[in-house]
Amino acid sequence: MDLNYGPEYDAFRQQVRAFIEAHRHLAPPSAARAARPSSEAVQWQKLLIENGYTARTIPAEYGGYGAEPDILKSRIISEEFSQAGVPGGLANQGISMLVPTLLELGTREQKQRWIEPTLKGEIVWCQGYSEPGAGSDLASLKTSARVEDGYFVINGQKIWTSTAKQADMIFCLVRTEPDAPKHRGISYLIFSMDTPGIEVRPLKTMTGHAEFNETFFTDVRVPVDQIVGARGQGWLVANATLGHERGMLGDPGALENRLQALIALMQEERIGQARAIDNPVLRDRLLALQAEVSAMKCNGMRILSNRLKGESGGMAKLIVKLQSCEIAHQISALAIDAMGEMGTLYHGSPREREAGAWQWNYMFQLGLIIGGGTAQIQKNIIAERGLGMPREPKLAKTSDAAKATADTARHKQGSA
Amino acid sequence: MDFGLSQDQQMLRDAVARCLADTCPLDHVRECAELDNPYSDKVLGAVQDLGIPGMLVPEEHGGLGMTLLDAAIVAEQLAYVIAPVPFLASHVLAPIALSEAGSEEQKAQWLPKIANGEARIAVAISETVEARDGAGVSFTGGKLSGTALFCLDFEGADAYIVADVSGRLHLVTADALKLETIRLTTIDRTRSVGELRFEQTEAEPLVDDNGATTARLRDAGRVILAADSLGAGQAMIEKAVDYSGQREQFGRLIGSFQAVKHMCAEMAARHEPCRSLVWYAAHAFDSIPEDASIFACHAKSHTGEVHRFVARTSTEVHGGMGFTDLMGLHYWFKRIGFDRQALGGPETVRAEVAVLQGWIKAP
Repeated sequence: MDLNYGPEYDAFRQQVRAFIEAHRHLAPPSAARAARPSSEAVQWQKLLIENGYTARTIPAEYGGYGAEPDILKSRIISEEFSQAGVPGGLANQGISMLVPTLLELGTREQKQRWIEPTLKGEIVWCQGYSEPGAGSDLASLKTSARVEDGYFVINGQKIWTSTAKQADMIFCLVRTEPDAPKHRGISYLIFSMDTPGIEVRPLKTMTGHAEFNETFFTDVRVPVDQIVGARGQGWLVANATLGHERGMLGDPGALENRLQALIALMQEERIGQARAIDNPVLRDRLLALQAEVSAMKCNGMRILSNRLKGESGGMAKLIVKLQSCEIAHQISALAIDAMGEMGTLYHGSPREREAGAWQWNYMFQLGLIIGGGTAQIQKNIIAERGLGMPREPKLAKTSDAAKATADTARHKQGSA
Repeated sequence: MDFGLSQDQQMLRDAVARCLADTCPLDHVRECAELDNPYSDKVLGAVQDLGIPGMLVPEEHGGLGMTLLDAAIVAEQLAYVIAPVPFLASHVLAPIALSEAGSEEQKAQWLPKIANGEARIAVAISETVEARDGAGVSFTGGKLSGTALFCLDFEGADAYIVADVSGRLHLVTADALKLETIRLTTIDRTRSVGELRFEQTEAEPLVDDNGATTARLRDAGRVILAADSLGAGQAMIEKAVDYSGQREQFGRLIGSFQAVKHMCAEMAARHEPCRSLVWYAAHAFDSIPEDASIFACHAKSHTGEVHRFVARTSTEVHGGMGFTDLMGLHYWFKRIGFDRQALGGPETVRAEVAVLQGWIKAP
């Protein structure tokens, strides 16, 4: 057990700190994460890239900083920015999902054309994966793309396309080989959101906001060279990025920030004269969550250490998405309980706390438990890949399942 | 940066696991658990051969001078096979108490004997966590009076280290006059606890450090109980997965049903971060004083919660068989139950964390 990073890294940490201190007045308010970055945010992004504090390992020829991959330095950067409360580099879907995919599987031309403007915040992307009929079973997606005169002609519907309204471009999974087995008939296309035939409708969620959209395609024509990887290989291409998304949803630093916000809330919120944290039942729940978050932080250090040794994260990694989303949700739930009736205030009400953020989080985090691989899918993965348990035998066809359901229904009626 | 076990620690873990797999099968545990004194000479001999009693004894007193993290690794393996041997008090807490607060004479007299297996010391500090049934020991005029409950590693001890109400530690030999010892029988028959009654009993005090060493013993004890819970929980998860991969119902392995699979996944998901938490808590005890008490508490309360869930869920995965004595699953279930309550249940321990962080004043 050695938790020291060593002198080289300690020096690097000092350098990052000094940079943050000297430049924090230039940092945009945390709106850097808005769908379409402000000009301030774009300037900040440029400064961070020049200094190697974002896009660090992306080759300079594609607009990155071009450093050798160094897991600890990347970790130090994110720790220091997070601790200083200063926004780090842009972390939109283009940067966190498309760019790594292009780096791994794009052509040289695609890399040159798309990566740099994406990193700079000039091009905003959205992701076209899920469909109304293809959620957990993503590979059953039906949006079709037939080839006609050097174009893919796309018809169908995507859902959960966050930032589709603001996006310039989409990376999208479509079925190009309708007769192939479902995982081998998919292609990964990239195209402009200005292409005729695309309609975006906001999708209002339980939070009262439209954080997502539905996107409809009617005879959308995309040149055949706007494909990443080969035809029919889209499933493999997409899986390279789904891993990035799951990693994104399970950052122990983010959990720690939520917990610290909850502790601060419970020290400020008053029940009569007493603070919420003086209530022994609420305090006990807070401490139980603190223990959970501590365990996840330690688990995160273990995963980091495994990565440094080039080992897989194993079970420690497999459980991160499930546990992190669940704990984050419980943190929001406790915040609402600690506020009592005040916890119900929302929609910009007088006396509302923190612009209703805790209620919004409580609802939105339920979305995160479901999105990016539902909790139930996560449990299947943990059981099958982590514990080596047998797979669920598959019913041959939907019609068999329908018949089985009908039989059950008859049986129920018969026994009633 | 290396968060995890060193090569040596992995070798230690594997050596202990191999040795216990041979010497401590379930049938042997069953025999031991029927007796008033559950301690197995066979397993104790194997533990002695591995040098475990001397792990935390400083080298100048004939021990190995190892760390609490090393001891936590051993604790996990002992619990994995529910080994009926003394460990927590006699091989962890007593050596720490004597090394940190013993006089030179006390160290010279006891530490070498602990290391070579000639002497075992039981430890009673429960009343410094919470006093039940009016228990508590006072120290006046060089003598102890009162009652200490839940003295750990009780059977066959040659001496007892006891905390008085001020938190100061005292050493009482087993042959002291006016000392009454009463065996307490818990759900967990693989371990031994007892009650000590003093009435103007002769005792040798350890250094008066305002309870600092007793606090260290609570930390160390909680980390080791958390590690024990971890090992027992690991065994219960593995047993559930194995059983569900053999048992067939409705023409299928029950492990292929998502209802069963998800129970196992939930156990694993909650259990796995506990491992890192226990490692860190042990390491903090050894090297990061500002985190030591807080993380010992977190490790203790969190493993207590998680493994109660694991113990119950694993039993359910085994269906009716889990409920019987035939599979012996209940030995792990009870070991986890003991680990949860000993030296403070989750609520008690969490209340301490609130004070340690300055959220509230000490009651």
